[in-house]
Amino acid sequence: MTATYAVLTILFYVASLGLYVGSLYSSHALAGRAASACLAGGLVFHYLMLLERSHWVHSVPYLDLYGSMSLFGWLLALTYLGLELFHRQRSVGAFVVPVVLVLLLAGSLTHRATPLPPPAHGVVFVLHVTLSILAYAAFALSFVLSVMFLVEERVLRRHKLGSAVWRFPPLELLDRMSRSSVIVGLVTICAGTVLGYVSVDRQTGRVWHSDPKYLITILVLLLYAAYLLIGRSANWRGARASRFCVFNFAVVILSFTVVNLFLTKAHRYF
Amino acid sequence: MEIVLVGLNHRTAPVAVRERVSFTVDQARRAAEELRTQGILEEALVLSTCNRSEVYGVPPESVREARAAVSAFLSGFHSVEADELHPSLYHHQDHAAVRHLFGVAAGLDSMLLGESEILGQVREAYRAAQQLGATGPVLNRLFQSALEVGKRVRAETELGSRPMSVASAGIKLAGRIFGKLHDRTALVLGAGAVSEQVAAQLRDRGIGRLLVMNRSRERAEAIAGRFDGTAVAWADWAAALRAPDIVVSSVSADDPVLQQAAVAEAMAARGNRALLLMDLGVPRNVDPAVADLYNVYLYNIDDLAEIVEQNRRARESEIPRAQDIVEEHVGKFLSWQASVELVGVLEALRARLEGERRAHLDACLGRVGHLSTSDKQRIEAFVDELLEKLLMQPAERLRGERDLRRKIQSLEALRDLFLPGPSER
Repeated sequence: MTATYAVLTILFYVASLGLYVGSLYSSHALAGRAASACLAGGLVFHYLMLLERSHWVHSVPYLDLYGSMSLFGWLLALTYLGLELFHRQRSVGAFVVPVVLVLLLAGSLTHRATPLPPPAHGVVFVLHVTLSILAYAAFALSFVLSVMFLVEERVLRRHKLGSAVWRFPPLELLDRMSRSSVIVGLVTICAGTVLGYVSVDRQTGRVWHSDPKYLITILVLLLYAAYLLIGRSANWRGARASRFCVFNFAVVILSFTVVNLFLTKAHRYF
Repeated sequence: MEIVLVGLNHRTAPVAVRERVSFTVDQARRAAEELRTQGILEEALVLSTCNRSEVYGVPPESVREARAAVSAFLSGFHSVEADELHPSLYHHQDHAAVRHLFGVAAGLDSMLLGESEILGQVREAYRAAQQLGATGPVLNRLFQSALEVGKRVRAETELGSRPMSVASAGIKLAGRIFGKLHDRTALVLGAGAVSEQVAAQLRDRGIGRLLVMNRSRERAEAIAGRFDGTAVAWADWAAALRAPDIVVSSVSADDPVLQQAAVAEAMAARGNRALLLMDLGVPRNVDPAVADLYNVYLYNIDDLAEIVEQNRRARESEIPRAQDIVEEHVGKFLSWQASVELVGVLEALRARLEGERRAHLDACLGRVGHLSTSDKQRIEAFVDELLEKLLMQPAERLRGERDLRRKIQSLEALRDLFLPGPSER
């Protein structure tokens, strides 16, 4: 069934991407609605795919890069759909869905873990993993929105307006959406980190381990908090804040790749 | 059930003629009423805008006569000599009239391609004629379809979505930066015609606060009063630029009135909030170096004109898509018209055959005296059956005919062969 769910998920996401791109160039409201519906359909099949994987590994799919990237992609799509409904703005979809597809496809190329009993389990641990990856997804979304802001700002300042620019969200809205996304990320990373400490405490009786992941997570938290605090100050508002947000996501990527793969043993894939 | 259209527009008539043949709302109603009471048209509707005056109608008899009568009516109604008016008039009937109206509603026939006002004007003209009772099934269907075409073209193509004037392009740009303008402040520098146009557009887009600044305080107050704005003194630039998010400048001055240093000072004072500067003045009112300042978006009149030009090209590229929508609805309307006419022709044919049958049977059965009443009734039933069979076959074939043109041709042939006009009877 996993293969069927995977094919359906990719089909729905690709259809959604096509419709989102089409809606940038067409005035037809139906294309935008159909794009959202396809994304929702993709989310459902993606969820079923993740569920099957969870049953197989007896935990949240975090034990390999395949599972964690797939969960990352699903949570990114879910966060985006929530943000789309909240801000009533569909033109961001054309930039978010490719990231979701890349995560899903790149993950599928990596080695898959064999179904062994997970080293850690329990509701607190599952929430720790899910909320941490949700935070990464929210930060990824704010990254996409910040890149869109920078592109649109550049286009407007250089007077090189194409037909799609008229369908982009206003700069002001992109900034607000990015901040909303960072707030979601900060709340979930705080909750996820606290739950991580609780989970470790329950399993080992110690709260602190010498894990570089702790340090980089606190750094990420501080950087995004700084973005929220200074992003609207006189010297930072606008493009500078967006560049800062892009830089912050580079640190998240660093945490997700270099730190996970080479520096930590407890957080290999999330 | 034929449709006739007689009218003129900006392509066929100069403004000197158009202004003499234009209708006020009351005149349009009166004209529609008179066209019906004089028996020129059974259904009538007058569409009058600054660029066109058109009469749509359903004539009681021949279209040719109706066209001449409507032309003469227009001449008489507006007291314009026929020799002067008639060369400017165009006449369309049936599918050509339908296609013309759908093109008008789509904005394809407008002076400014794709303009949106025409759809509202078509809607108003239809509503007025409907309230008057001047429309019937044909014009009701025709104008409802036209409104649908107009809506679809605007929803599915870019024909009407892009700004086509320098002022509206500037306002649309403001939307790209700030989103909704209801909580924004705009400052209009200057009090000329361009400033008025921009102030009107800003008000229409729901600007939160409108400030007007001019060397002449009286002129500034006059414009501010007209557009619910506030006049401010022509003085300290740094202070004046602290509040607005949008500044539109159209001042006649030899040197820029907004220098980089003043704008930089203002930007620092306003915490670098984004500022859109639209410089519509020639010579330019804003020092070009202002564009280098952080969070300042500067557009001069050439930049905005370039956007308008791009938009014009984009609109023109949408014409084929709009025409496809028009053609789709022309086909639907003609199909509906043919179906309605088919029912009418079949009913008339049945009535004609019924009359012929009655007269013929009465004459024939009268000559045969030995038949009993039941035999006569049986013969009548046989004849009825035969006629019904004869009628059913062409009716079914016509109903099933998919080629609209053949369907209409067959209908016309049927009407010509079996239902001659009053003069031929």
